Amino acid sequence: MSSPSYTVIIGLEVHTQLKTNSKLFCSCANEFNPDNPNTQTCPVCLGLPGALPVMNRHAFDLSLKTALALNCTIPHFTKWDRKQYYYPDLPKAYQISQFDLPFSENGWLEITNDEDGGPVRRINITRAHLEEDAGKNVHDESGQGGDSGVDLNRTGTPLLEIVSEPDLRSASEARRYLEEMRTLLLFIEVSDCNMQEGSLRCDANVNLHIHNEDGTTTATPIVELKNMNSFRNVEMAIDYEVKRQHSEFKKTGKTIDDSSKVTRGWDAERSVTFAQREKEDVSDYRFFPDPDLVPVVLTESEIEVVRRSLPETPAVKRDRFRTEHGLTEYDASVIIGQGPGITAYFEAVVFACGDGKIAVNWVTQDVLRDLNASESGVDDFPITSDLLGTLLKWITSERLTNKSAREVYAILKKRAVTGDEISVQDVETLAAEREIVRDTGALEAAIAAAIASRPDAVEDVKTGKLQAVGPMMGMVMKQVGGADPKEVRAMLISMIQDS
Amino acid sequence: MEIDEVRKVASLARLELSDQELETYGQNLTQILGYVEVLNEVDIKEVMPMPHAVDLQNVFRPDERGPSLNRTAALSNAPKTDGQFFQVPQILEQKDA
Repeated sequence: MSSPSYTVIIGLEVHTQLKTNSKLFCSCANEFNPDNPNTQTCPVCLGLPGALPVMNRHAFDLSLKTALALNCTIPHFTKWDRKQYYYPDLPKAYQISQFDLPFSENGWLEITNDEDGGPVRRINITRAHLEEDAGKNVHDESGQGGDSGVDLNRTGTPLLEIVSEPDLRSASEARRYLEEMRTLLLFIEVSDCNMQEGSLRCDANVNLHIHNEDGTTTATPIVELKNMNSFRNVEMAIDYEVKRQHSEFKKTGKTIDDSSKVTRGWDAERSVTFAQREKEDVSDYRFFPDPDLVPVVLTESEIEVVRRSLPETPAVKRDRFRTEHGLTEYDASVIIGQGPGITAYFEAVVFACGDGKIAVNWVTQDVLRDLNASESGVDDFPITSDLLGTLLKWITSERLTNKSAREVYAILKKRAVTGDEISVQDVETLAAEREIVRDTGALEAAIAAAIASRPDAVEDVKTGKLQAVGPMMGMVMKQVGGADPKEVRAMLISMIQDS
Repeated sequence: MEIDEVRKVASLARLELSDQELETYGQNLTQILGYVEVLNEVDIKEVMPMPHAVDLQNVFRPDERGPSLNRTAALSNAPKTDGQFFQVPQILEQKDA
């Protein structure tokens, strides 16, 4: 195969709603509430004349926390600007945003390209700035050209825009970046990151650098992709757009110099991108400093306080799970990728049982399987980390086989279905009933009885057909419940051969 | 100021101007721009940009909820409403994939 004839260039703009009680500039509730349109508004978010915005301190602090977690530089001076445009969901006809002096810039986020930890790629972050969200338009679906409805509940929700450099080189890399970003935002508790509810959104800027035969490079026009409401859709839309731009270029030869940036939407049903309105030039937004809001000045020590209060980031946690608990990169990623809830559960189980590998096997296999099946959150999971930790402690102290532990786990699940409270003591009792039998006297007696009852099988074993021990093993296991099958098998074979 | 520039500014402000108005406002704007042009003569090499007219900073409010308007009040100035939403002429999205 020849080398690819082009390089894919992708930059992402991530918008994340911050988890505050109230909106960015007024005290209306910051809450997803599409069933009750226009019930969370006031003169400030309706843009009524004379209403004045006042900045929400907590929203600013959450932004700062995010920027520091993204390794951004924090300037000591930042201000607010008006971005002017007309759209029905923007009642003031301007959005309060940040233009030339954002509160953070020049950060990075590291991603890996394969699940086993592959080479780490550092994706640069141009800037993160704070702005207000717009309202929501509801379109007439009848096709009769009816009016559109506007719900302004969302207007003024604190929104962080995180802009990456065009450092991403494939659709799957873009998806990985988004997954890593989402995990980070969840762990530092700044956003719910719920794509269905719109608290995490993403636009992608995509173009190609075509490698010409004479060694030069030609860039295709930049396309901004919108309307992608899942990470999977982002990946599919970029893949589609790469192919479309390549064939478009072969057909028309149009380059970045022939066309300004255009916007295309993703149609998930038809799996195609389609042309949307032409983007107004940056200068047409006529940014200017908002006279209603005063600047924010920060000192280095204030920034340090936030930096020190940052929780452990997913990247640091992943490293620690490897070094401290002996997890593989893959297992650490699976646990952490499940979010803060599962990760805290896992850590509590490890703490209780003392073995990271056993804990990770149980959490990623049994617990995740059951959680997915029940569709409930880990907080409602009946087999708490205390219970599982207690059970696994029996395995790590070699008093219970994995098989017996699974029996106990199954019994616990059944009890949970009937709504019975399960205590740590219950786990101890159920485990004790299945404790590995170290009493070799009882075991030897049971084995001797099994051998005596099956002379035919004994002959087979003696002639080398070791699988003939099966029925005898079954008899022994039935009699001595907590016996270790491996040990029983070894003892059976050695007693037969010695007889 | 060229007529095309006036037309662009008017369009950005969603103003529909007649040819006569474009002419008149074009002349007005040219005069205003000429008047403030004198500012370009000031030497500002040593002057820091002023971000705000008021010498204040860090004005915040705590993250606390307060009452919102009820829906009837919120919609009371709407030119058109169905009792739940502000209603606007259909927003067109071009689909030509």
